[in-house]
Amino acid sequence: MKNILYQKQWHWTVGGLALGLSFLLAVALVKPIGVSTQFVIFDGIVWDLFSSEIAVKDETATKGYSSSNEYLDKSGGKYAENIANPINYGFIFVLAMLAGGFLGAKLQSKPADKNEEEFPEVWCANFGRSKTKRYLMTFTGGALVLFGSRLAGGCTSGHMMSGIMQTSLSGYLFTIGAFLFAVPIALFMYRKGN
Amino acid sequence: MDILLAIFIGLLFGFSLQKVGAANPQVIIDMLRLRNFHLMKAILLGIGLSSLSLFVLMNLGLVESAHLSVKTAYVGVIIGGAIMGAGWAIAGFCPGTGIVAMGAGRKDALFFVIGGLAGALIFTLAYAVLEKTFLFDKIGAGKATLASTGVEQYATLLDTVPAVVVVGVIALVFIFAAWKLPAKAINAA
Repeated sequence: MKNILYQKQWHWTVGGLALGLSFLLAVALVKPIGVSTQFVIFDGIVWDLFSSEIAVKDETATKGYSSSNEYLDKSGGKYAENIANPINYGFIFVLAMLAGGFLGAKLQSKPADKNEEEFPEVWCANFGRSKTKRYLMTFTGGALVLFGSRLAGGCTSGHMMSGIMQTSLSGYLFTIGAFLFAVPIALFMYRKGN
Repeated sequence: MDILLAIFIGLLFGFSLQKVGAANPQVIIDMLRLRNFHLMKAILLGIGLSSLSLFVLMNLGLVESAHLSVKTAYVGVIIGGAIMGAGWAIAGFCPGTGIVAMGAGRKDALFFVIGGLAGALIFTLAYAVLEKTFLFDKIGAGKATLASTGVEQYATLLDTVPAVVVVGVIALVFIFAAWKLPAKAINAA
């Protein structure tokens, strides 16, 4: 057990079992795993500090909250409710994931290679070692990923993993759309390097 | 109670993503350029096992179908998936793995998450306009699954076959693919 906790990278069977257990526990005990919504909630929490109309108590709304923003107001004020009460399942789940990543990296027999932490090797082979360039590209990538995920109503967690686990049509459609674009772009952008 | 579960399952999921290599953009990019299928094998196995267990447990009455949450299928799911796919390939992170990698101390992931917050904000502001376009046109019945879930609001696409059989076949295909896919692939020229 100790060995497994300290391994730098798990065998795919161990990884598959652990991921499968996470999906199953989540749906059995609470609800399917999802991540991308929480980016909206975080934005909303910050926005709420500067505006009094983002998450407003509203007896007439199904969830008890409404918002001047149509997206945060939808589904009976579900997002507005979570913005007003950040200590809710979905938001804490994502914070715990962050802590899980921290622990996973700390419990490691071999310390991480400094180079590997700054840049993926395949990135350097194609784009060199400029930090500005890498950070600019991950920022842009992040903006596309979250805009796309919110348009789709879910991300790799909610659609691809939880969705396909439930055999949902939307999960399959999302996955097809994602790989149809991601594979050619990756093949083109990262032509060089092993 | 829910908060304790959020902490426990979130930790497990984040830890697992980190340890399986999903939070390492090199692994993601190598999967997307069809060089290294380690991660895809793990994910296929994870989905196959959890899907089969879920439907068996629901059948036995040990998991309530009310816990399911099937998302609607609409045009934006495919187009949003494509936009997500583009960013995924560029950065080598998706929302969950970006968060985990930031927790693991990666600075490029921090910029990914900040970019993600910007992208989510742009969508939040654009929603009122986008909502009225074809992007939100439903596909088929909207909320639909291949296998019957027993939940009334969800349409079943393969309704003549028992759910456990549908899921059993899908799970077998996924697990077989996970087993047969080469870990390190086909070296492109």
